[in-house]
Amino acid sequence: MKQFGTFVMKEFHHIFRDRRTMLILLGMPIIQIILFGFAITTEVKNANIAICDPSKDIATERIIERIKASEHFNVTTILNNPDKITALFREGKTSMVICFSERFNENLLHSGNAQVQLIADAADPNTATTLTNYASAIIGSFQQDLMTQINIPFVISTETKFLYNPQMKGAYNFVPGVLGMILMLICAMMTSIAIVREKEMGTMEVLLVSPMKPILIILAKLVPYFILSFTNLITVLLLSVFVLGVPVAGSLFWLIMVSMLFIFVSLALGLMVSNITETQMAAMLISGMAFMMPVMLLSGMMFPIENMPVPLQWLSNIIPAKWYIIAVKNLMIKGTPVSSVIPEIVILSVMVLALLAISLKMFKNRLE
Amino acid sequence: MSIVNSKLSIVNSQLSIKVTGLTKSYGKEKVVAVDNVSFEVNAGEIFGLIGPDGAGKTTLIRMLTTLLVANSGTATVDGMDVVKDYKKIRGSIGYMPGRFSLYQDMTVEENLNLFATVFNTSIEKNYYLIKDIYSQIEPFKDRRAGKLSGGMKQKLALSCALIHKPSVLFLDEPTTGVDPVSRKEFWGMLKNLKHQGITILVSTPYMDEANLCDRIALINMGKILKIDTPQNIINDFGKILWSVQSNNLPKLITDLRMNKHVLSCFAFGAAHHVTIGNENFSMKELESYLTEKGHKGILIEKAQPNIEDCFMDFGMENSNK
Repeated sequence: MKQFGTFVMKEFHHIFRDRRTMLILLGMPIIQIILFGFAITTEVKNANIAICDPSKDIATERIIERIKASEHFNVTTILNNPDKITALFREGKTSMVICFSERFNENLLHSGNAQVQLIADAADPNTATTLTNYASAIIGSFQQDLMTQINIPFVISTETKFLYNPQMKGAYNFVPGVLGMILMLICAMMTSIAIVREKEMGTMEVLLVSPMKPILIILAKLVPYFILSFTNLITVLLLSVFVLGVPVAGSLFWLIMVSMLFIFVSLALGLMVSNITETQMAAMLISGMAFMMPVMLLSGMMFPIENMPVPLQWLSNIIPAKWYIIAVKNLMIKGTPVSSVIPEIVILSVMVLALLAISLKMFKNRLE
Repeated sequence: MSIVNSKLSIVNSQLSIKVTGLTKSYGKEKVVAVDNVSFEVNAGEIFGLIGPDGAGKTTLIRMLTTLLVANSGTATVDGMDVVKDYKKIRGSIGYMPGRFSLYQDMTVEENLNLFATVFNTSIEKNYYLIKDIYSQIEPFKDRRAGKLSGGMKQKLALSCALIHKPSVLFLDEPTTGVDPVSRKEFWGMLKNLKHQGITILVSTPYMDEANLCDRIALINMGKILKIDTPQNIINDFGKILWSVQSNNLPKLITDLRMNKHVLSCFAFGAAHHVTIGNENFSMKELESYLTEKGHKGILIEKAQPNIEDCFMDFGMENSNK
């Protein structure tokens, strides 16, 4: 036990004496949360748009008022006829043009059918979709108000309501993803590098020729990284609650428990990588390529899994972060009880057991 | 009969390391690193493995320190099998790998403390054993190991390998990359450890260090060429060795090798060491041969053979076979 304690202390020495690594380990979550929360967001604010209003009547005026009032849009140009729209897009400063038909109000009142066209610059399809959605919503709300005013009974209107994230804040989506990514990076990557470093530096050779059980050496390496990951987890949660304003809607206790389960999965993954690699560089590449990329691309953090080709959807099932992100979304954002994430907990538990079994089986008591 | 048996058992109890037919090959191509090697090391002696880089010294030591498993053959350390009893062996031997293998980001004292703890002991308990060595680096005990000089690193590594009072000490090329003064000092320390009753198996590519061992094994290409005391090996050289000098050393070596009476010729510092195959071929004749080839300032004299000459000689005999 004294041996084990000394070894844990030794690992902390290694981490604390490497200032640069420690700065990365502790600073990365903060920077990522702030980046993802504020800079990298799918929300569009202050998009430059133009309005083409040939009819200039009371209805179009009221719609334009509402559009101008929206924080999403910044109306830069008002056109009188549609001829100049193409030229405007070519300049590249306009993301969307809202083009009303002629005699808009007249048509609306008499035939009940007035037309408005939304022309968006789809060079950036995501922004284009978002902008047209915003505009449709504004026009739709105007239409609805109009209809209640003149009280026509047969109006069928679609109402869109965003559950759990009514303001469609990007941060809600990113917090679970960033959590998954950071924990995977620190646990899997840093642990595997730390173990492989001993092999590369030759210290493992000396430690093997000692009465200390090799598995104790490895376990002593996991302890500091577990504590570091836990610190990061708390940092990310505090930042997301107090800086990004994403509440913990469900049970904080279970959120932490599930996160710890995911930390164990990542540590076991790191252990496995350290068994199959001989150099720090290889360990870093494997953790980076085989773990980080899938976490970003296939876990549902950035791209919805439902939209992927079927083989990729299958592949996404073996990525631990996918299940973790689902569980965190449920527990943290939707606030569902822990019973709703039992499948995810079971899957992650099976993963941790399997990975540990494989790594212990692969662990070498000798040099080859 | 019983007397013979008891004698045998006494001999056996004094054996520290016993290696029988150890063979190890690497990779798919089955590159043989150690080829059917057998030798014995008596308790309390300094046994040297002398051979050039790639001779198989490190592989051999790694098999004896339980880090590698041989393809065939057996070995025991203190009577324990290196494969079956590897856990027990790991507690009772000391090992210093060829490369500096301590934690560079930890201080001298922290490193020593760590290894003391690993071996369930403390610095105080075995301080007497490492005192001579450690006291030299103790003034720098708060310095990080990575910032030490080569000689100091080596003293620290030796202290760490000794802290648990091992019965056998394995040193893999401990003096490679160390300055001549520190090397000399280091061998002095080994002599002292020998007096403490520790068996030492040391490998080195430096032939001049062979004389400092009690017994040596000359090893090349995975095979042991000869095992004996350094003096016996030199005495067994059996040929007359000539040192030949002239004003043009590079040309001299080719000219000497072209002469059909010259058995072997190797560069040795400012002279070439030559053995002659034909007893009737006199040095006068050699001198006139060289003068004919245009050499000036020719100086031929008898030379005292050393381990390097023996090594070259054995190596040549082996390749001729």
